[in-house]
Amino acid sequence: MNSIPSLRINNLAYAYPDGHQALFGVNLELKKGEKVALLGPNGAGKTTLILHLNGIIATQQGSVSVGGTLVDAKNKESLRHIRERVGIVFQDPDDQLFMPTVAEDVAFGPYNSGLRGSDLEKVTEDALAKVGMLEFKDRPPHHLSFGQRRRVAVATVLAMNPEILVLDEPSSNLDPASRRELAEILKSLDITILMVTHDLPYALELCERSVILSGGVIAADAKTSELFANQELLSEHRLELPFGFRL
Amino acid sequence: MIVVVATPIQNLAAYLGFFIILLILIKLSELPYRTVFLRSLVEIPFVLFALLMPFFGTGAKIKFLGLELYEAGLWAGAGIVAKGTIGVITAIILSGSTSARDILSGLEKLRVPAPLVSIATFMLRYLNVINDELGRMKIARESRGFEERGLKSWRILAQTVGALFIRSYERGERVYLAMLSRGFAGAMPKLSEEKPTNWLLALVLPLIALTISLSTGALL
Repeated sequence: MNSIPSLRINNLAYAYPDGHQALFGVNLELKKGEKVALLGPNGAGKTTLILHLNGIIATQQGSVSVGGTLVDAKNKESLRHIRERVGIVFQDPDDQLFMPTVAEDVAFGPYNSGLRGSDLEKVTEDALAKVGMLEFKDRPPHHLSFGQRRRVAVATVLAMNPEILVLDEPSSNLDPASRRELAEILKSLDITILMVTHDLPYALELCERSVILSGGVIAADAKTSELFANQELLSEHRLELPFGFRL
Repeated sequence: MIVVVATPIQNLAAYLGFFIILLILIKLSELPYRTVFLRSLVEIPFVLFALLMPFFGTGAKIKFLGLELYEAGLWAGAGIVAKGTIGVITAIILSGSTSARDILSGLEKLRVPAPLVSIATFMLRYLNVINDELGRMKIARESRGFEERGLKSWRILAQTVGALFIRSYERGERVYLAMLSRGFAGAMPKLSEEKPTNWLLALVLPLIALTISLSTGALL
């Protein structure tokens, strides 16, 4: 087992240009192959944290490293490398899928890393096969259902063979069957996953470990099942298990 | 198209030839004639303008059905109608027989500047998304009792357009973030593989048109 962590965040703090501070010293480490849920109320700084992971937001204080490489927003060469290794699946698949057809969209990332011709085709088809969307490869994204688009969005980052997969609200707006299908796909992937979600049962199903980001710091970091058993902790951070849900 | 425009309208035989080519093309592209006809109605405003031309002008006049018409205006009007119709029908055949994506990759092959092709590509992708958004906003408006009537409703409609603009602008930013996250460095991937283009096949049509034009009279 590789001992270099997939993700290491050290004392990360960030304030927006308007002065609003979103992160107050976040520490987090993900081992290779670990699946971790990032929980927290709205406005806790989850999205801000995610955008640090591939240098879209430049680090102001503290550090982020991916697979041992420091994320440095000023170094363009290393940034390209980082963006190949951190795959972010954004919440709205319409933001993520911008090419005319599914296959072209999945090919976008690997194309930017220099793949061409039959190699590019193979990577594209492999990624689509992993999410069960290969037969839709020549379709325009607009003609797919929301769940299908979400799966293609996952394929677009899988095609880059990332070190860590970051999912922003993967189960939002999915019908129960699509939600389960996506869970099965995510379980089948042998890859480090950081999953931002409000869907606690989803976190319990997919992630052994969960962390709570609240007020710009990591307020809790434990086994998901232990965390969810602590009612007091959950309600302190505006987290609730759905009605009728028993651990 | 250039051949058609360069052929003087007085050369009637050539225009007959051009229309015959178009009919053959419609047949080959398996478009229903009715569809082509209905879509070509967009041309009507220009036809009306062309019909007025014989009434204004200078120079020689001819008598026709008791009307005094200027000969130069008559030819110019006929030229607009004939050339316009040929242009419109050609465009209809292209858009009816070719998918939007193929047209884009065609533009790319014709060396249209990459930023323009990219803009058209994004437009193609997001036109539906934005249209859906507009539809949802319309439903939201009407669900709360808004009626599209009178001058007062314009204020609301203008605000809707403004809101749509802001939403689209923000979506643009999110799309750009998603592109950056997947290593976008300024150049979009090619829409088509670089293959030796079949120029000969593409040239068949203009060559036939040129032959017709030349064999029935000189250009210009």
